[in-house]
Amino acid sequence: MAASLHIAGIRKIYGKDAHAVEVLKRIDIEVAPGEFLILVGPSGCGKSTLLNIIAGLEQPSEGELRIAGKNVVGVAPAQRDIAMVFQSYALYPTMSVADNIGFALEMRKVPKAARIQRIAEVAAMLQIEHLLERRPAQLSGGQRQRVAMGRALARDPQLFLFDEPLSNLDAKLRVEMRAEIKRLHQVSGITSVYVTHDQIEAMTLGSRIAVMKDGVLQQIGTPDAIYNRPANTYVAGFIGSPTMNFIAGNAMNTGAIRQFSFKEGGAPVVCPLTREGQLGLRPEHIYFNADAPWRGEVQLVEPTGADTFVVVKTAAGAITTRVAPNMAVKVGEMVGLQFAPEHAHWFDGQSGMRVATENHS
Amino acid sequence: MIARHVLRALLYAVLLLAALFFLAPLYVMLSTSLKDAEQIRSGNLLSLPGLVNLDAWRLAWSAACTGVDCRGLSPYFWNSVSMTVPAVLISTTWGALNGYVLSMWRFRGSELLFGLLLFGVFMPFQVVLLPMSQVLGYLGLSSSVSGLVLVHCLAGMAGTTLFFRNYYAAIPKELVNAARMDGAGFWRIFWRIVLPMSTPILMVTLIWQFTNIWNDFLFGVAFSGADTKPITVGLNNMANTSSSVKSYNVDMAAAMIAGLPTMLVYVLAGQYFVKGLTAGAVKG
Repeated sequence: MAASLHIAGIRKIYGKDAHAVEVLKRIDIEVAPGEFLILVGPSGCGKSTLLNIIAGLEQPSEGELRIAGKNVVGVAPAQRDIAMVFQSYALYPTMSVADNIGFALEMRKVPKAARIQRIAEVAAMLQIEHLLERRPAQLSGGQRQRVAMGRALARDPQLFLFDEPLSNLDAKLRVEMRAEIKRLHQVSGITSVYVTHDQIEAMTLGSRIAVMKDGVLQQIGTPDAIYNRPANTYVAGFIGSPTMNFIAGNAMNTGAIRQFSFKEGGAPVVCPLTREGQLGLRPEHIYFNADAPWRGEVQLVEPTGADTFVVVKTAAGAITTRVAPNMAVKVGEMVGLQFAPEHAHWFDGQSGMRVATENHS
Repeated sequence: MIARHVLRALLYAVLLLAALFFLAPLYVMLSTSLKDAEQIRSGNLLSLPGLVNLDAWRLAWSAACTGVDCRGLSPYFWNSVSMTVPAVLISTTWGALNGYVLSMWRFRGSELLFGLLLFGVFMPFQVVLLPMSQVLGYLGLSSSVSGLVLVHCLAGMAGTTLFFRNYYAAIPKELVNAARMDGAGFWRIFWRIVLPMSTPILMVTLIWQFTNIWNDFLFGVAFSGADTKPITVGLNNMANTSSSVKSYNVDMAAAMIAGLPTMLVYVLAGQYFVKGLTAGAVKG
């Protein structure tokens, strides 16, 4: 049973008067039934506070919160029909895995037979049938993670909340569990809100991503929109690895068109800016071209297997490019750089906001 | 190599001496309690009892005189039991609940309240003797076992709260949050999640409270009546009852009887005591 989630004008202020700290500044988010929403941002951006407010573990200072259309401000966590997976898993250490999974059902007075059946179903779904009698202390990190998922799945909630659930796992397990979470969401179809600071998790899991910084929602959109049409320089720099290159420059009127010129950038490009601003270029949109007037010296070559990242020191700053792994580049070599103007991102110099081109919104 | 062996031998020698030094009084008490008057008069404090003779223990338990009352220590012993058992259970439960609230359900001013409670741990109890006797009078509990139970619960609560609060402070808050989301309330979380994790600190508190309350003399002497004196007061009175001949063997047996329950509790639950004292000091 998938539910919608409506977050409107949510504020959270800690302390009062001179010591007041506003950690959430009027957050508005609509989550459609069955959606998988990612809250992403650096630590301290307020994403976990927002999750706790949705869960009912903290109260908003102001604002409206509806689950499936029902106002839940002031409603106890247990009455919200939400399940949450915690970063530390928070498994009950003195109970067996089966009791951990069945605890919420027991609290809801589900008869024992039905409870046992549901525990078995969930255990089968997560492939942890053989662990049911164990205590959490006897499990590995990945197994604990599965049990924590099982505990959340057991009672088929309206809403799933995840608080950085994969951050305690090693790299390989993280990839595995990420796929597992995605699969479980596709099977269950339960509306989910997932907090992370990992942009790969955000891009791979989310049907939509909400990027937050300093308690302000920077942008909310599909992974494609966030990646290809970042709303401001912060989002552009936060999502994508290696990070986007930013080049400061000036827009100048040349006849009927405006052109962007930057230090030793060679031929100016048509731009939608009206004043000074920044040109944003993702590493995969910059190519080597021996004849290009934009030149620089190779500073660093980072092969990652599938791709090689090359950092080139130019007059406009250090530029990271992505090149084919078989390309022979040596540190110290002089190269020419070229980019595809249709993949250029333009940001206003003062507000940092995206400035759309006519044919590319 | 040799130097290390010598050091080790020296270390053991020092430890052995210290152990003998501290065990000597116990040995003297035990051996004296098993001797008859004849052997005691012969004067060697450290000699082994010739024939094991339990007369002194029997006298101390059921026939030794305190003033004109010659029923031995047994009435006082049972007074102590009926005072200590409920006082230990109540003060421990009370401390566990206080600690649970102060660490996991913090509210505005809870830290201040905890700070004030700490005063209770360090407050000398002599300060409260007079007001306490007033209060017991108002409540109609003067000179009763219930009155003593109340006094010990009040006096012990600050300490037991401190124990539990600090132990629970190390339990991750996420556990409580997870239980709240699962639908458990205040009491369910306490019974099903928190209390089952509390065995070490429960043992520490039980031993601590049992020892304190059983061995208490101050409150016993101040607030008990003629029929409700605890064993510490009874022992004192018995040993101070003047008679023509001092029965050291009976006094020693009586002292042993008074001290045995705390020793027994420590032996039974002592392993948890050490575990509990160090729990939380090291993570994991």
